Amino acid sequence: MEKYRIYKNRLFSAVITILTVISIVPLIYILVLITMKGIGSINWDFFFNVPAPVGEGQGGISNAISGTFLLIILASFFSIPVGLLTGIFLSERAEGRFSYWVRVSADILQGIPSIVIGIIVYIWFVKQTGGFSALAGGISLAIMMLPVIIRTTQETLNLVPDSLKEASLALGVPYSITVLKVVIPAGISGIVTGILLSISRVIGEAAPLLFTAFGNPFMNMNIFKPVSAMPLIIFKYAISPFENWQNLAWGASFILIVFILVLNLFSKFVTEKWKTQF
Amino acid sequence: MKNNAPSKYTFVELSFEKLLNIASSITLFLIGAIFITMFHSSLQAIREFGIGFITGSQWDPVADIFGALPFITGTLLTSFTALIISMVFSLSISIYISEYLNNGMFRSFLKSLIEIMAAIPSVIYGFWGLIFLVPLIRNLEMKIGVMPYGVGIFSASLVLAIMIIPYASAIIYEVMSMTPKDIKEAAYSLGANKYEVIKNIILPYVRTGIFAGIFLSLGRALGETMAVTMLIGNMNIIPENIFSPGNTLASVIVNEFAEASGDLYFSTLFEIGLILFLITLIINMAGSRIIKRMYRPAGEK
Repeated sequence: MEKYRIYKNRLFSAVITILTVISIVPLIYILVLITMKGIGSINWDFFFNVPAPVGEGQGGISNAISGTFLLIILASFFSIPVGLLTGIFLSERAEGRFSYWVRVSADILQGIPSIVIGIIVYIWFVKQTGGFSALAGGISLAIMMLPVIIRTTQETLNLVPDSLKEASLALGVPYSITVLKVVIPAGISGIVTGILLSISRVIGEAAPLLFTAFGNPFMNMNIFKPVSAMPLIIFKYAISPFENWQNLAWGASFILIVFILVLNLFSKFVTEKWKTQF
Repeated sequence: MKNNAPSKYTFVELSFEKLLNIASSITLFLIGAIFITMFHSSLQAIREFGIGFITGSQWDPVADIFGALPFITGTLLTSFTALIISMVFSLSISIYISEYLNNGMFRSFLKSLIEIMAAIPSVIYGFWGLIFLVPLIRNLEMKIGVMPYGVGIFSASLVLAIMIIPYASAIIYEVMSMTPKDIKEAAYSLGANKYEVIKNIILPYVRTGIFAGIFLSLGRALGETMAVTMLIGNMNIIPENIFSPGNTLASVIVNEFAEASGDLYFSTLFEIGLILFLITLIINMAGSRIIKRMYRPAGEK
C-alpha cells in the first residue's frame, strides 16, 4: 500500500514534467524560428525601402513600419485621454448606477472580437467617408486600447491611499488639483504600464485593420489615405506563394516581436523604478 | 457654492467634473453605438431569413442562399478541440510552476516565457503554423489515409491550442497561488505526499478558478481571427471530420467581407459578426463573474 502511494506520486510528477516540457518546446521553437528566419532577411533595404514587386528582389517594409507607428500614434491620441479620465472617474466614484454601467461597458468592450470592431468601424468611417484610411484604422485600435487603459488606471488609483488625498484636501487644495497633482503622480507607474501594455496588445492586431487601414504598397503619412501596417503585411505575405514576400513576412514578424518585447520590458522597468511605496 | 464669488477655481472644478463625466459617457455611448450598428446592419438578413439563418447548412452567395451553420459548427469545433488540448497542458504547466519548481531562476524564466508567448500576435502564430505545422499534418494525414489538405479544423485547433496555453496557464497559476499555505502544510504534516496534496487539497480548492480560466480561454478562442483564417482551409461546408477544411464565424468575415456584393450579402456577414459577438459576450460574462466571486472574501455575499 505504502509503495503504491509512492509510485503514484512519482508517476504523477513524471507526467506533469513531461507535459510541461512538451508544451514549452513549441513555444521556444516559435521564438527561435522567427529569430533565425527574421534576422536572415533583415538588411539596409528592409528598413528603408518599400516591398519590391514579385521577381524583382526583396525590397523592404518601410511602409509598414511607418504605418504601424502612424496607427499607434492615432490610436493613442484617441484612447489615452478618454481612457485616463474614465479610469479616474471610476476609481473616484465607484458607487452609483452610472459608474456601474460604465464599468460593464468597459468589460464588454474588452471582450469584443477584434474582427467585429473592424467591421463596425468600417460602417462608421469607411462607408461614410467613402474610403479606407489610417484614421479609421487608428480608431479601431483605439477602441481596443480603451478598456485596457480604463481598467489599469482604475485599479492603480484604487491602490492610492485615501489619506493622501484627504491630506491634500485638508490643506485647502481644490479637488481637481488634488487629483491631478497628488493622486495621479502617486499612481503614475501603474498608469504608464497600462498604456504600454495596451499598445503592445494592439500593435500586432491585423483583424481590425483589414477593412479600415486596408494596407498600402507605398509609403503614406496622410491619415485620410489607406496605410500599411506590420501585421497586415505579415498576413498578406505569409499566405503568398512567393519566397521574397515570405522573407519580408519573417523579417516583419521578428521586428514586431522585438517591439512587443521592448514594450513589455519597458513596462516592467517603469513598474519597478517609478513605483511609489505607501 | 453658488453664493460664492465666481473664482478661478470653481470654474476649473466644474469643468474637471464635466470632463470626467463626458469621458465616461464616451465608453457607454460606444457600447450602445456598437450594439445598434451591429443590429441595424444585420436587420435585412434577420428579416429575410429569420431563425433559418442559424440552422441553414448551405452558404452559396451566388445563389443568394445564406445559412450560417457551417461557420457556427466550425467555430465551436475548433474552439472546443483547442480548449481540450490546451487544458491538459496549461494545467500541467501551472501545477509544475506552482508546486514542483523550487529553482527561482528557472521559475521566473518559465513565467516570462509564458508572458511573452501570450503577447505574440495571432498572425505570427498563423504564419508559423502555415510554414511548420501544415507540412507535418499533411504527412500525418497521408499516413492515416484522409484527404491530405494540410490545412483544416485540426491544424487550426492545434495552433489555437498553442496560443491559448500561455493565457490559460497564467490564469490557472494565479488562482493556484491563492491556495492558503496552512491547509497545504496541514496535509503534508499528516503524511500526504505531493500527488495527494495536489489532488485532494489544491485542485478542489481552485476548481472554480480553473472553471473560470476555461471560460475566459474559450471566449478568446471563439473570437480568434487571423491564425484560424490562415489555417482552417476556408471552405464553406460543415466539416465532416476533424481533418476536413472549414470556416469559422470570424474567418468567413475576413474572407468575404471585401468582396460582398449586394446589400443582402453584406448584411448576412454582419449577422455573422453579431452571432460571434453575442456568443463571446455570454462566455466572457460567465467567466468574469466566476472570477469575481472567487476573489470576494469569504463570508461576504
